Amino acid sequence: MGWNRKILRVNLSAGTCSEEPLNMQWAAEYLGSRGLATKYLVSEIDPRVDPLSPDNKMIMATGPLTGTMASTGGRYTVVTKGPLTGAIACSNSGGFFGAEMKFAGWDMVIFEGRSPTPVWLHIENDRAELRDAAGLWGSSCWETEERIKTELQDPLVRISSIGKAGENQVLYACIVNDLHRAAGRSGVGAVMGSKNLKAVAIRGTKGVSGIKDFGAFLKATTEAKKVLADNAVTGQGLPKYGTQVLMNVINEMGALPTRNHRDVQFEDAGKISAEAMHERRESDGKPHLVTNAACFGCTIACGRISEIDKGHFTVRNSPQYWGASGGLEYEAAWALGAANGVGDLEALQYANLLCNEQGMDPISFGATVGAAMELYELGILDDGAIGMPAPFGSAEALAKLVEMTAVGEGFGKELGLGSKRLCEKYGRPELSMSVKGQEFPAYDSRAIQGMGLAYATSNRGACHLRGYTVASEVLGIPVKTDPHVTEGKPELVKAFQDATAIFDSAGICVFTSFAWTLADVQPQLAAACEGDWSMDKLNEVGERIWNMERMFNNAAGFTATDDTLPPRLTQEAAKTGPAKGMVNRLGEMLPQYYQVRGWTPEGAPTAETLTRLGL
Amino acid sequence: MKVAFKLFASLSEHLPGGHRGNRLELEVEEGTTVADMIRRFNVPERSAHLVLVNGLFVPPAERLQRRLQEGDELAIWPPIAGG
Repeated sequence: MGWNRKILRVNLSAGTCSEEPLNMQWAAEYLGSRGLATKYLVSEIDPRVDPLSPDNKMIMATGPLTGTMASTGGRYTVVTKGPLTGAIACSNSGGFFGAEMKFAGWDMVIFEGRSPTPVWLHIENDRAELRDAAGLWGSSCWETEERIKTELQDPLVRISSIGKAGENQVLYACIVNDLHRAAGRSGVGAVMGSKNLKAVAIRGTKGVSGIKDFGAFLKATTEAKKVLADNAVTGQGLPKYGTQVLMNVINEMGALPTRNHRDVQFEDAGKISAEAMHERRESDGKPHLVTNAACFGCTIACGRISEIDKGHFTVRNSPQYWGASGGLEYEAAWALGAANGVGDLEALQYANLLCNEQGMDPISFGATVGAAMELYELGILDDGAIGMPAPFGSAEALAKLVEMTAVGEGFGKELGLGSKRLCEKYGRPELSMSVKGQEFPAYDSRAIQGMGLAYATSNRGACHLRGYTVASEVLGIPVKTDPHVTEGKPELVKAFQDATAIFDSAGICVFTSFAWTLADVQPQLAAACEGDWSMDKLNEVGERIWNMERMFNNAAGFTATDDTLPPRLTQEAAKTGPAKGMVNRLGEMLPQYYQVRGWTPEGAPTAETLTRLGL
Repeated sequence: MKVAFKLFASLSEHLPGGHRGNRLELEVEEGTTVADMIRRFNVPERSAHLVLVNGLFVPPAERLQRRLQEGDELAIWPPIAGG
């Protein structure tokens, strides 16, 4: 069956934990994880609720393939109304926490209300209880993991927690599990902090039972793993170089947003690339990269484990950061580096370590620093306001600002609200490089047209993981399309968005889609889950999930005018590279996209679309 | 004429021994094609996956005919992806 058929409801206001059967009708319509948790959320909260109020809920959910032998089947999703955007927030994470939730016998955990005092949730198979977290409040994610493991005398317990950023409600705080994996975007950690929930620790020893047809599942997962192993991208490229290998590619294409999107190429891209991670440092003769790493059940292993230069100014006197730790990945290296004009790889790793340690999304943090640096260059912010000189390119400012933001000190408090609120406060809202309040990831849509549409219509604000048309426009997966044209992009964006909703809802990693299509996922789901999981059904479910998220956002107050890009991208042409002279032509794509989606010109699903999708 | 030749990720091992970095400036004959360069540096054809001239993609079918011009930047990657 794929599902445990059991959810845990935790009322933090009352301090109670109760068991409920999973709504199997909804499972048949929304699959699991992202889709199913969103169905629960939209059914249980008012879309206009204040995201940081007790009336918001937060759901941690697994998919039917989570915890199984499907490759990358370790993912779990956090769904809530997001404080950074006011839109649906849906962030998934790898590591081992999701599988452990499944092994303990649960499909999802719904948190509601707000605890009067800090607590953490302990789940051991069927038993769940809230525990006092007064002694943990103020700890980092790393300290929290260690202390809970020590308290339980169990090194194998899996933990998701917030650090100081989540406690202080940094609006892009994340929830960190297994030290350096995170439900990273949209501020899900701030919601957890607002509920006085410090951590969730799970120990499950029951394994996964109830696979519908085990023989067929074994065959389907084995064949699908062979596809990943035989594919040059998932079998060789990602494990060897990780995601950061894109740094030089995207820079070469003139699509690397640099200095708050003022430029589209970064002169120091090579210094912060995957290739640089492999080079031996002059200082100690060691490469930055120590090894690659895999999440639960993953046969790709794209993760990076690195060691910072002990002599670097950021850590010279902080031996706690000298050990091997997670990072850098492409997005973090870009946001902490090119977005600020900082080309110092060690400084980026330091900032990344602090983001992991205290639970902050490095994309939104780095991009917000980029906005602050632009305000500084324009003379709108000065040394006094920021607390230091903060021109583009200053590794010293980056290192200091990450410390201040993580713990909510001085100007760090303003950075913790994200670039939209920062730029509005200082009278230059157009300088926030964001959509619906969430900062862009590492692709400039002036040089990759489809990504502009993907960002503008992403249900959680600017994001590359809702519809990664870079795969097609840059990498040729599944087919190569021209990144400079808009023709065909509405259809492409829709196809990526709907398919991604299935990968996310199944409980697997979207990186499998560099080798797999839905046709590779379908036999695995069909063997694991009872019911109809044909290709037609999957396409329908993906589209249904997308429209459900959209309807929540519309009910929360978003309109077609929010499906937009900052004027810098639609009016200021790229200055260099192959896209020199180009802007993003969103206006050519958006009306067609609405049409392809079956939406009105105002961006609302038509009655016919809703009926077709059973919404 | 002068062109720049760049090999990234695992392909950098096809650059001359002892070369640091990914970029090489070269003097080549007029009429040199993208395919000529791939052969000259012994880059296996199936590994020359993403081929860009001045940041623009050159499809496999055009590599035999595509002649480089003075100042061109030819960059090549094996199959890779990111996120």
